[in-house]
Amino acid sequence: MKRIRKTGKEERLFRFLFFSCVPAFLITSSSASGQPVVIGSKKFTESYVLGEIAQRTLQEAPGEVEFRPGMGGTIIVWQALKTGEIQVYPEYTGTISEEILKEPGTHSLDSIRERLRAFGVGMTNPLGFNNTWALVMRRSEAERLGIRSLSDLKKHPDLKLGLTHEFLDRQDGWPRLRQRYALRQQDMRGIDHALGYAALAAGEIDVKDAYSTDAKIVENDLFVLADDLNFFPRYDAVFLYRLSLDDRRTALLKTLEGTIDETLMTRLNAVAERTKDYAKAAGQYFESHGKSNMIYSESFSHKLTRWTLRHLELAGFSLLLSVAFGVPLGIVASRGGPIGQGILGFASIVQTIPSLALLALLVPLPFFGISVRTAIAALFLYGLLPIVRNTASGLQDIPRSFRESAIALGLSPIVRLWEIYLPMASRSILSGIKTSAVINVGTATLAALIGAGGLGEPILSGLNLNDHITILEGAIPAALLALLVQWFFDVLDRVLIPKGLRL
Amino acid sequence: MSALFRLVNVSKRYADTVALQPTNLLVERSKTTVLIGPSGCGKSTLLRLIIRLIEPDSGSIEFNGEVIRPDNIDVLRHRIGYVIQEGGLFPHLTARANVLLMARHIGKSQEEMQSRLLELCALTRFSENLLLRFPLELSGGQRQRVSLMRALMLSPELLLLDEPLGALDPLVRASLQKDLKEIFTRLGQTVLFVTHDLAEAIYFGDEIVLMNEGRIVQKGSVTDLRERPADAFVSEFIHAQRGIPIV
Repeated sequence: MKRIRKTGKEERLFRFLFFSCVPAFLITSSSASGQPVVIGSKKFTESYVLGEIAQRTLQEAPGEVEFRPGMGGTIIVWQALKTGEIQVYPEYTGTISEEILKEPGTHSLDSIRERLRAFGVGMTNPLGFNNTWALVMRRSEAERLGIRSLSDLKKHPDLKLGLTHEFLDRQDGWPRLRQRYALRQQDMRGIDHALGYAALAAGEIDVKDAYSTDAKIVENDLFVLADDLNFFPRYDAVFLYRLSLDDRRTALLKTLEGTIDETLMTRLNAVAERTKDYAKAAGQYFESHGKSNMIYSESFSHKLTRWTLRHLELAGFSLLLSVAFGVPLGIVASRGGPIGQGILGFASIVQTIPSLALLALLVPLPFFGISVRTAIAALFLYGLLPIVRNTASGLQDIPRSFRESAIALGLSPIVRLWEIYLPMASRSILSGIKTSAVINVGTATLAALIGAGGLGEPILSGLNLNDHITILEGAIPAALLALLVQWFFDVLDRVLIPKGLRL
Repeated sequence: MSALFRLVNVSKRYADTVALQPTNLLVERSKTTVLIGPSGCGKSTLLRLIIRLIEPDSGSIEFNGEVIRPDNIDVLRHRIGYVIQEGGLFPHLTARANVLLMARHIGKSQEEMQSRLLELCALTRFSENLLLRFPLELSGGQRQRVSLMRALMLSPELLLLDEPLGALDPLVRASLQKDLKEIFTRLGQTVLFVTHDLAEAIYFGDEIVLMNEGRIVQKGSVTDLRERPADAFVSEFIHAQRGIPIV
């Protein structure tokens, strides 16, 4: 009798583990309860620093403040504010007119404010500096060629231009600048902002777009070409915020108005780039204003823990979903026919979409946007194929004699599936889950692109700062995590695959 | 003796090939009927049609006077035991779990299952100590004994055996043949036994059904087949295996 009970227990345990524990290990506690204020930023140094300053300022009010640095370009961050994913982010008046309201030309602050109200968005007064677009060159090169203004570029059509993707695409960027100044340069490439500075210094490009407060302009002794036709509108830095933000915090945000001039901002940017620490740069702001500067600098181990937990949360939840949908879909697919073909075809097509493109495709959809949800949904879709395919092939590979024995015994279809076919296919199914898990842990680094955090966060800011150490702070733990997951599943194989199949 | 089983005009074809021409067959109670013939003659097809692993194109099959239909086949399967060449034991289950699988699902009590299990161990001469082994930990002969136990677990009225000893070496095979025959006699079991080995057919068969090219060529005792062959194929088949001493 003892034996009987044990067998039953083992089977139940097997089934329980198989369908729940595999992904459960990966799941860590979800984000804290309550409604924190979420501050976003774009993906360049100044925006990071301003975000940090806002974070510390809002922390003076009770309640949690979350900062999602480097979420992406204007459209992405604006979209996030509009939908309430974030409540605050730093922006520039010129960008608001040109890109957000699509009304080129300089507008008064009040008219801009009026238009933003329709989106439930408010705007502070300018913070005190104008960070306009500019084109920059190596000073030596500019002097050699006698170039002082944008008009002078006309005389040198063979210069190599390296422009950020945003500048290339924006209404107030390259397309109209080129028209206005009648520029004829053909050698032009899109390049990341930080990498562009390196390329300019190395002589790989001759002209690049910049923000007039970029620290690199001073550091690399670059020459800012004069905007002699007054093409660029004013880009006064402001904070945009949801009008639903409480009065206390709104008031705190407004204390930042008129407190940062060009000199201070350029200096803060320089500190950020030199120390690779945005929080420290923000600290300098508070110092310069005689405010207490308790540098809010997270210890590395704390940061690493935060990144890793978020990373596991992203990979774990998405894997759980992949298993929950992938195994049933695989079962259906194993029966073949047009439906089975359709399922496998769909999963394969999803897999061929570059992961970055998949994220980008999901962002504009309602419900998704800039969020952890989007990252999990993309990872879930990515993890589907290995599980569906391995479940289907594992089931199809069961020899006919076993299938027929199960039928001839008179077992019902459900029992045949649950007690015979799935356990027999468990090795293949588990290996599909393992593949998905490892893929997910790797791909989850891209989640940082849409502000979902994880180990991609240091990789991204490292890329932004062109700082290899910071990149490795994310890349090495991500790689180790993938190995760990692989190892974990190897152990799990030994626990979950029925003993009779391992002989 | 009445017929337990009746095939009326049952036929089956796959694409272009006729697997079974319209066939009639009676299987008598408490007797062992052996289906024999060369490979591809339709003997396995016939067996698979009875347990409904494949659907017939025409005709009907009656079990105890009841026509087998898709809606009653699962209940009838509990009354039919089925053993195939490689046993078909599920590799992830122990011998014991394999044998008890179906009984557990129709809600037999633990006591009932345990006592039936011990009874079957004794009947098939399978050591109780091996019950917790997995199929891959058993020899070929032991596996076939477990398969037989599984088939007999619910005391089926009909036992279908599809070349059950085909993959065993001669010594194991001989000892199992002997045990099987004893078991059939002891239980008064109705058996339909498929083999391509004439000696085995003669050893087991109360009635021998010789098949060729999808049809029954002749049905009767070995003496009938040898002395009154229905056609040239029958004598050719009998004489092809002449080397074996015929009792």
